[in-house]
Amino acid sequence: MRVVAKDLLRLATIGSVDDGKSTLIGRLLVDTRQLFDDQLDAVVAASEKRGVGDLDLSFVTDGLRAEREQGITIDVAYRYAATPTRKFIIADCPGHVQYTRNMATGASTADLALVVLDVAHGLKEQTRRHLCIAALLGVHTLVVAVNKLDEVNWSQVAFQAVVDEIATIARDLEFGALTIIPVSALLGDNVVDQSSNTPWYEGPTVLDALEQSDAGAWTRSGHGARLPIQWVLRQPGGGRTYAGMINGDSLHVGDAVTLLPANIESTITAIHTGIGGCLEARVGLSVDVAISDETDAGRGDLLATAPLPTVTKEFAATICWFGDKPLVPGQRLRLKHTTKVTPTRVVAIEGVVDIATLEVNGSAELTTNQIGLATLQTADPLVVDAYRDNRVTGSFVLIDEVTNATVAAGMVGRASFL
Amino acid sequence: MTTTPLRPPRTADHLDLLESHAIFILREVIAECERPVLLFSGGKDSAVLLHLAVKAFAPQQLPFPVMHIDTGQNFPEVLAFRDAVVASIGARLIVAKVQDSIDRGKVADPGPMGSRNRLQTVTLLDAITEHHFDAAFGGARRDEDKARAKERILSFRDAFGQWDPRQQRPELWQLYQGKVNPGEHLRAFPLSDWTELDIWQYIEREEMALPTIYFAHERDVVLRDDMWLAVGPFVEPREGEVVERRMVRFRTVGDANCTGAVDSSADTLETVIDEVAIANVSERGATRADDRFSETAMEDRKREGYF
Repeated sequence: MRVVAKDLLRLATIGSVDDGKSTLIGRLLVDTRQLFDDQLDAVVAASEKRGVGDLDLSFVTDGLRAEREQGITIDVAYRYAATPTRKFIIADCPGHVQYTRNMATGASTADLALVVLDVAHGLKEQTRRHLCIAALLGVHTLVVAVNKLDEVNWSQVAFQAVVDEIATIARDLEFGALTIIPVSALLGDNVVDQSSNTPWYEGPTVLDALEQSDAGAWTRSGHGARLPIQWVLRQPGGGRTYAGMINGDSLHVGDAVTLLPANIESTITAIHTGIGGCLEARVGLSVDVAISDETDAGRGDLLATAPLPTVTKEFAATICWFGDKPLVPGQRLRLKHTTKVTPTRVVAIEGVVDIATLEVNGSAELTTNQIGLATLQTADPLVVDAYRDNRVTGSFVLIDEVTNATVAAGMVGRASFL
Repeated sequence: MTTTPLRPPRTADHLDLLESHAIFILREVIAECERPVLLFSGGKDSAVLLHLAVKAFAPQQLPFPVMHIDTGQNFPEVLAFRDAVVASIGARLIVAKVQDSIDRGKVADPGPMGSRNRLQTVTLLDAITEHHFDAAFGGARRDEDKARAKERILSFRDAFGQWDPRQQRPELWQLYQGKVNPGEHLRAFPLSDWTELDIWQYIEREEMALPTIYFAHERDVVLRDDMWLAVGPFVEPREGEVVERRMVRFRTVGDANCTGAVDSSADTLETVIDEVAIANVSERGATRADDRFSETAMEDRKREGYF
């Protein structure tokens, strides 16, 4: 067997406690033979030890002692699967509201959200909340597994009732692609193998849907190439190259680029990637590039092709606040955006998002796990795109100056559905 | 950088993207931290990690030292490989010895045949303190173990070196932030998203050298705890154990007395990859006694500050 070129899809799972999210991932891994015998044996042993039957597939991903003891998912578990043409990085995200920061961690780099819900209960509050966060984080594609069809006697009517509910919220949150699949994660129906229990369903299985979706979408925008400079490499003979990872769009030798925030126009003269010199480097590749002009460019600067990003020291943003104490106007924090770290201050808080109605209600503060709109001011200029145009140059985190903890996820601008 | 021939454009495959992500992480940590170090055991994962680190900063020298936590119970082939690789890239090698921790009375001596696996944590944390390292790169992968599957790419350690799995920092997008207060440090895992098969395919693509024990060879072994242990200075046959000469290879490289060999005839990269691709037992399950203590053996050790 030789190396077969695979692409790479990052997905995050979303779902309420008890809807069977971890079980679905477990099923996906078992049925694609991604779980080794000894790992499966360990799951069986853990299931028996806790008296939950022969095989509790949620133990595949709930790996921490506390998670197994309490029967909940606390933090993201990363799992890997592969088919002949695609590698999957699966972020199995926790459902509880107090672990929203961990769910956002898993969803922030996802190309796709795999939603699991119980056909008998439909969309729970927590699932709505997570769908809203996924939409805010720019996840474009939804694959929804409507689970536990075996418990409603494979009823198409029960399935259809949930379909309408999902279609409505997917439209409200402006997801780009939606696939809804009737499954039994416990029994494996329509997960990897087509089910004979749902003759009325002719769509793809969960694995089919994952294989057919757009991979690598999260850093690709088609809205100009961006190269945030991480590091300057000195070349033999005195030249310099600028190292970083390309996002937005491909970069080519000969491309006209602008160095920002200095606003110096130049041209790409060479590109070097992991496999050597290239004429073109695609999104997601780490490169170092040479440009035609001598500059004092360094870490925190950015090379961009048109349409150019904005240079700013004050901007409106959507904030997911994870800090223990409320975020209030006037508060000072550290901000990390691309490869730049700068002090920042909250100028104003415009309001807090009501997850259920998507309305923005006036509020002077954001409490833990709330999502709101705020205006921020930074000490140094940032080179930003709106988050909806570019998930890399449109995102930032806020950092507590004393503890160095990451206390917020931030997105430049405001989602159009808010 | 213009001396290599230009490659025609092609779609980036999973190895290109994994490599790029790892290089991105290496560069971020170097930029954000004051004194990083790369933990290098001579095993395949840390060999890939070191290879990526060299790539990330070429043509410049590696901007940090390489450190081996030496239990004194190594396979000689692995030590030879370690020294050859470090010499070839001109890196600075720090060897922190578990024996020194034993001699200083910081840990109890388990005896010549006893496992020093868990003792490494003390040696590692002491070395990090002694050299004032604020970040340590490791070659751990999330597919190895269920506790590792939960860990962040940049994993925070408090002033006691402990990992608190309930209080991990959010890690959003690829905004890896590495600031720590004095005494605290980070572990950075650039290979987090790689699987065992990815590692082998990458080794083949990059035509990397590896210690010879990864390839099938004849060796005297005894069966203990369902694993073939290599008979040598750290493993003597116990009563009732029969020494057999078998064709084996190692899937992981740890201490000689807790790393089992597997029956194999795979003596080339190509045949090893074929074997890994169809394996039905995980590499740690097949070969590591240190993970068999309990259901949460890895989590428990990681909480204490293990790799």
